[in-house]
Amino acid sequence: MTTVSSASPGLSEAQRKNRLFGPLPDVSAEAGYADDHPKRVGFFTDTSVCIGCKACEVACKEWNTLPMDDADGTLDAIGLSGMSYDNTGMLGANSWRHVAFIEQSRTVDLPMPGVGLPGARRETPDPDIDVREPDSLAKAQASVLNAEALAEFDPQTGHSADREIRWLMSSDVCKHCTHAGCLDVCPTGALFRTEFGTVVVQQDICNGCGYCVPSCPYGVIDQRKGDGRVFKCTMCYDRLTDGLMPACATACPTQSIQFGDLDELQARADARLATLQAQGVESARLYGRDENDGVGGNGAFFLLLDEPEVYGLPPDPVVTTRDLPAMWKAAGAAAAMIVGVAVSAVFGSRR
Amino acid sequence: MPGLGTSFGRGGATNTQQDLANSDCIVIEGSNMAECHPVGFQWVTEAKARGAKVIHIDPRFTRTSAIADLHVPLRAGSDIAFLGGLINHVLANDLFFREYVVAYTNAASILREDYQDAEDLDGLFSGYDPEKRNYDQETWQYEEDREDEVNEDSPGTAQAQEAGSQQESVKDAARPEAAGSGGPPLHGHGWRDETLQHPRSVFQVLKRHYARYTPEMVSEVCGIEPEVFLKVAEWVTANSGRDRTTAWVYSVGWTQHTVGAQYIRTASILQALLGNMGRPGGGIMALRGHASIQGSTDIPTLFNLLPGYLPMPHADQHDSLEEYCADAAGTGGFWGNKRAYMVSLLKAWWGENAQPGNDFCFDYLPRINGDHSSYRTVSDMIEGKISGYFLVGENPTVGHANGRMQRFGLANLEWLVVRDLQMIESATFWKDGPEIATGELVTEQIPTEIFFIPAATHVEKEGTFTQTQRLLQWRHKAVEPPGDARSDLWFYFHLGRLLRWKLAGSTDPNDRPLLDLTWDYPVHGDEQEPSAEAVLREINGVGPDGRALSSYMELKDDGSTTSGCWIYCGVYADEVNQAARRVPRTEQSPTALEWGWAWPLNRRVLYNRASADPDGKPWSERKKYVWWDEAAGRWVGDDVPDFEATKRPDYVPPDGAKAQDAIAGTDPFVMQSDGKAWLFAPKGVQDGPLPTHYEPAESPVANALYSVQSNPTKEEIRAPWNRGNPSLSEVFPYAFTTYRLTEHHTAGGMSRTLPYLAELQPEFFVEVSPELAAERGLEHGEFATVVTARAAVEARVLVSERIRPLKLKGGQVVHQIGIPYHWGERGIATGDSANDLLGVHMDANTHIQESKAATCDIQPGRRPRGKAMVEFLEEYRRRAGIDSGAVPIGGRAPVETS
Repeated sequence: MTTVSSASPGLSEAQRKNRLFGPLPDVSAEAGYADDHPKRVGFFTDTSVCIGCKACEVACKEWNTLPMDDADGTLDAIGLSGMSYDNTGMLGANSWRHVAFIEQSRTVDLPMPGVGLPGARRETPDPDIDVREPDSLAKAQASVLNAEALAEFDPQTGHSADREIRWLMSSDVCKHCTHAGCLDVCPTGALFRTEFGTVVVQQDICNGCGYCVPSCPYGVIDQRKGDGRVFKCTMCYDRLTDGLMPACATACPTQSIQFGDLDELQARADARLATLQAQGVESARLYGRDENDGVGGNGAFFLLLDEPEVYGLPPDPVVTTRDLPAMWKAAGAAAAMIVGVAVSAVFGSRR
Repeated sequence: MPGLGTSFGRGGATNTQQDLANSDCIVIEGSNMAECHPVGFQWVTEAKARGAKVIHIDPRFTRTSAIADLHVPLRAGSDIAFLGGLINHVLANDLFFREYVVAYTNAASILREDYQDAEDLDGLFSGYDPEKRNYDQETWQYEEDREDEVNEDSPGTAQAQEAGSQQESVKDAARPEAAGSGGPPLHGHGWRDETLQHPRSVFQVLKRHYARYTPEMVSEVCGIEPEVFLKVAEWVTANSGRDRTTAWVYSVGWTQHTVGAQYIRTASILQALLGNMGRPGGGIMALRGHASIQGSTDIPTLFNLLPGYLPMPHADQHDSLEEYCADAAGTGGFWGNKRAYMVSLLKAWWGENAQPGNDFCFDYLPRINGDHSSYRTVSDMIEGKISGYFLVGENPTVGHANGRMQRFGLANLEWLVVRDLQMIESATFWKDGPEIATGELVTEQIPTEIFFIPAATHVEKEGTFTQTQRLLQWRHKAVEPPGDARSDLWFYFHLGRLLRWKLAGSTDPNDRPLLDLTWDYPVHGDEQEPSAEAVLREINGVGPDGRALSSYMELKDDGSTTSGCWIYCGVYADEVNQAARRVPRTEQSPTALEWGWAWPLNRRVLYNRASADPDGKPWSERKKYVWWDEAAGRWVGDDVPDFEATKRPDYVPPDGAKAQDAIAGTDPFVMQSDGKAWLFAPKGVQDGPLPTHYEPAESPVANALYSVQSNPTKEEIRAPWNRGNPSLSEVFPYAFTTYRLTEHHTAGGMSRTLPYLAELQPEFFVEVSPELAAERGLEHGEFATVVTARAAVEARVLVSERIRPLKLKGGQVVHQIGIPYHWGERGIATGDSANDLLGVHMDANTHIQESKAATCDIQPGRRPRGKAMVEFLEEYRRRAGIDSGAVPIGGRAPVETS
């Protein structure tokens, strides 16, 4: 592998401006791979067909021999988290795939023909037969994550008579950013861009400095307690080099996790989004698909059925190094000013 | 599966999971498919992507509901009311597929004048015997054919004989499952009124029977709004007919009820009326609970069956092969060849020793003389009638209903063999079971000697799995089993070899059956592993030339052929292990006939003759599947035709035709005596010819339809260790249902012991609605204690709106509690066992317990410990007016006769 400095030739002025943020057509070439490098690969996670089976979590742990832990990342511990069916809690050093479970509910009028709708019935409530007391209803709604987003319910999901219930499931993973903050700040070179365009930690080089941890806009990369080194999804780099799919995508029974060439996945995702929107699922959206976002788009992107915050994802992630040029520019200006002031002071005093 | 067997002829899923992708509407009811069959669920998501409607009907909002277009939260135990409502909707609004119904079902058959319906007798059918709590089914028969002359061989006489022998109740123990492949024998077609107008026609009887199952009644019984019911009705009927098909999917959410077989019967009636049987994207998908459960009924682990659903001979009725085959002789359909199947089985087992002169060793077969099903056997153990027991891949102290009863049974044996992958609770109850803590069992006083024998896993042995859609798939051994672990095949082969060695030279005639067995499988390797392929070839069977047979149609009743399981005949056709075929999907048709092998004869969609109209033409271009090719003179299409390949659609059986020759060219249900799908079951179901709504044995609700509260034929075992909760009890006011989670496998031996699975569902929990939590003061994440007349268990509380209180007529609110049952004392993730809560109330057809609907109380906090638990439960029983549950140390309290 060759390395390139920021002064390497062959980049246009416009491309050079984009080195730390914005679209980047070829991340591997940017990292210095020769022209015959493989195409950039990625994950498209379509949460609209996720059934929350967690096969991805188990397959990932099996293949990567990750240790058991609880929802707080405590090694060799287990315990009920109480967060719906999620006992993994979050992505971390020991969980490189994490399925989030989000329970939502709201009162609805049924889209039914004819008269005598339950909604109409509720207008003249009979206290004797109303199973739901107002205060418990309010309590239930308050207990639902992000109640504001309930307005986004759509025909994609189930109805339970006069209550509409939604149970969102989504398998989260490292985003393998176009502009990876973790990679940019790693002082040892333990983190590197692979020929597939993914971002991988080399465990034998990582010294546990932890700089990368706050630099990840998604909070993915994590130090293992009692070990100190950082761990995260490698997109099964070892499998990729052998022509195999990542373990999670192989195990997913419903094709919620799709692996492939990133451009092909993006086209598939665009088509899927169009289909869902045509079916009236207006809340469907792609997340991490836009190469003009704060990280230049993701190698692992998602189709969501609600706001990203509902799934615990940042709404507007920005690579922590995006403002580096501006900061250096400001710093430079400040330095120049100091020099200028100093010079003028010296020369001024002579006057 | 008597529900499907009686209705259509074979007790297996009629379609494949892959075929669900062809459905226009999929109704998942009594199944949590996404959680319990996640891999097969991909075909549901595929159908949905193609625009199909997906409906999930279940008491709980599960991961299946999350993907469905509509979730219908009906009350546990009310499915017959719901499905009966759909039948009524279809009949009352003329939405049935008339041409299909007239030609392919028994709608036109005329019933006897003395038949009385549950509507006439307030919940009972004619023929009920209140003493024996069972039915004499004589009045359920078709009216005899008017043209029939009465002579010695006439169907009428045989029918009368058959009906007469039904009076002996013990005989019934074997009958229903015998319909697993081949409907119940029935003599004579009776006469038909194809205008469907005759008041005693099945069609009119059906119409009257379900007339009261209106949307309002459904709403009252099931606790759902009539609008939701009508939405389901609209989607299902709009997606059935010539151009469209709807599939029904069920699993143990239907079978584990005191009316389980009748749940499946109700769906069978509905699907037949809608013309969805035998067609792509239609059918009834029975999802079995484990990897090879279908296989374990095909080549059964059941007491009353022999391979291929041949009934186990009965001590009082089957002295000779001729007597055994008498009920099938002369009947229509492939069941008429019963003798050929049986003789071939006897030849496979006893080889050269089975000769016409000795009735092919028919006398060597064991006989049954009553009910020896699982729960009855456990109660026999408690009573000291059983000395030894094998537990193979079964953890009944966690996985079966009433764990306390199970442990008392195991604690009263002389010896117990446990073969498992892990040291499971059923092998360690003598030191760490809950009754050791309560003092009801004392380790030093348990006489049972327990042998734990480690078993090889599925990757450590070779052989077939028969999965849920009748598909046999061969598995190769990937690694050697560790240490002393061995395959089941190895264990039984060498056990048999040693027993025969010990008995060698014996002159006792009782030892002949064992000594005369063909027990000569080739072995290989250091561990002398028997060849699983040799066993599969024996199951397939060979002809007179010693070559593997290719079809059960080749089986003979003269001893010239062998077959260890007639329905599997063909799995080794052409001396090739057909189950090991793995042609990639890209290299074959979408039906994938070259992937594995499905019984019977590699047919993937059963009864597929019905995918064509009576003339043999496809009902529509869109649903084209198997049709008659006049030029070729045979049935052709995307699947192996489930019909004699060259039998013309206009074939009419000559008078006196038997077996398959009595099946007309327009009769797709070739295993049935009359070739028809049975809307009305004149035979084969113990608890009524038509499904009728009864409440579960334990219910918080009174039966809104009849004064008969629960199934009058349900089987119960009365003893201190199996007390029932009274229905409508204020002490046990809540309904609960038990279930599984994706993250664990049944009784947990294969998942609670693995860190990657244990961490995903680490603790026993119960799911309650916010309303119930408020009513009982339950806190999310804290402990609660669930109590029944059997046990009290503690679990964490998950408060969720996914659990919904149901509102019934008159303001009654029914709270349902969801309780997964995976936990026990051992492994990484431990907890109390939910199955301890359940009592044993059984379906008379299947002897399966009611696990999916029962009653309980729930209180915040942890359960009592030690002896305090005994008093705690006794106090609950006193308050509920139940007899004492106290037992002497060791649990040996006898069964009470009522």
